[in-house]
Amino acid sequence: MKLMPAVGALGVFLLVVGSWIGLFVAPADRFMGDIQRIMYVHVPSAWTTMVCFTVSLVAALGWVYGVVRPAKDGQRSWGWDDALESSIEVGVMFGALLVMQGMIWAKPTWGVYWTWDPRLTTVAVMELMFVAVLALRSFVDEPVRRATWSAVTTLVAYVNVPLVYFSVRWWSSLHQVQSTSDSIDPEIWRPLGINAFGFLFVAIAFMGLRTQVARLTRETLLAGDDVGPSAGGAR
Amino acid sequence: MEPLRQCLALAQKQLLLQWRTRARLGSVGVFGVTALLIFSFAVGPDSTALKAHAAGYLWLALLLMSTLSLQEAARLDVQNGALEALVLLPVDGRAMYYAKALVNTVTLGALGTLLIPVVVALYDAPMKEGPLLLLAVVWLGSAALVAPGTLYAVLTSRARAGDVLLPLLLFPLVVPALLGAVKATEVVMAGDPMGRASSWIGLIVAFDAIYWSLCGLLYPLLLED
Repeated sequence: MKLMPAVGALGVFLLVVGSWIGLFVAPADRFMGDIQRIMYVHVPSAWTTMVCFTVSLVAALGWVYGVVRPAKDGQRSWGWDDALESSIEVGVMFGALLVMQGMIWAKPTWGVYWTWDPRLTTVAVMELMFVAVLALRSFVDEPVRRATWSAVTTLVAYVNVPLVYFSVRWWSSLHQVQSTSDSIDPEIWRPLGINAFGFLFVAIAFMGLRTQVARLTRETLLAGDDVGPSAGGAR
Repeated sequence: MEPLRQCLALAQKQLLLQWRTRARLGSVGVFGVTALLIFSFAVGPDSTALKAHAAGYLWLALLLMSTLSLQEAARLDVQNGALEALVLLPVDGRAMYYAKALVNTVTLGALGTLLIPVVVALYDAPMKEGPLLLLAVVWLGSAALVAPGTLYAVLTSRARAGDVLLPLLLFPLVVPALLGAVKATEVVMAGDPMGRASSWIGLIVAFDAIYWSLCGLLYPLLLED
């Protein structure tokens, strides 16, 4: 965990370098001009959001496995729940960034901030689904129940995530089909790649630190519970 | 075959409960009619626009009704610790889910069926592909709303602010099903010379298949604590 600030700093450094190349070195797009440069943060935001929600899926599966096959010593694998909380929160933050950057890019390109393009709609829906999981967590006090319920709702919500990725192929869409490293110029690919790693490292640092906060909060609450009733209801 | 027998017995119990509290379900039906009436005020007395959007209004009303009927069904279970008592019995958790989801589908499907004549009367909605296909869409769509709804209702009914949480969790999740249901209903109402109904109905069926399987698997986990 002590590594996390260093990972975050590395992420910020890469973001500065990638954005500088994207803004001042890479050529402007032939059709969209300078507006296209928002891609250097928009696409990494999308990738990072997906990574965060995938981490939350793994964490949810980890917790569910612990419920189905409990440990012999009866101990809960709380680390999965801490990771779930942190990855959803960070994913929601990057998802909000993604939607906002998309709207800023859409206005000069498509003429409107919002269009009912399937991928836009699905990203918004995905964002709302994970916000709902966070809302659920805030309304359930009992830690085991909260962990199981958020794991279940995360699994159900994640089923929607492949829809985000494949929707552009399933439905006809205004959104451009995803580019690959073969279909774009190296001068554009380079800042995009650097920023993608920048976002990833920042997200890893956020998730690591947030997991730590979640663990400390839970331990404090559980310690409080232990002290309260056994102290003769002194609270 | 034991889980199937348990499922049918539980469904029978659930249906009996729904029947005994039918006055509440009646109120949900009246709420649906009220919602349909209110939607017209949002658009104004433009009969062409109302007719064109009739399918959307029908599904919005059904979506709003679904949260009320699902909450009502879950409330009956949670009340007086009935769910805890049921969990203590040697009953398969999946049988409990499927019994509940089945009865919730019957309830919502029946309420949706009752709304169709209201939509026809209020918005002058046509039924060019016939009432049977429309009924099929309403029942398949109801099953799609109910599959995750049943899972979430048993969870939110035991949480603080559950009334707010259920739509918060359910509405974004059912967007694909809602999209399919509205489009299929639109096509069935306005006529389907291009044969588009089958693809939209296919979307609802796929949603049904995914969520009826997944939620059935996950439901027993919610009974663990």
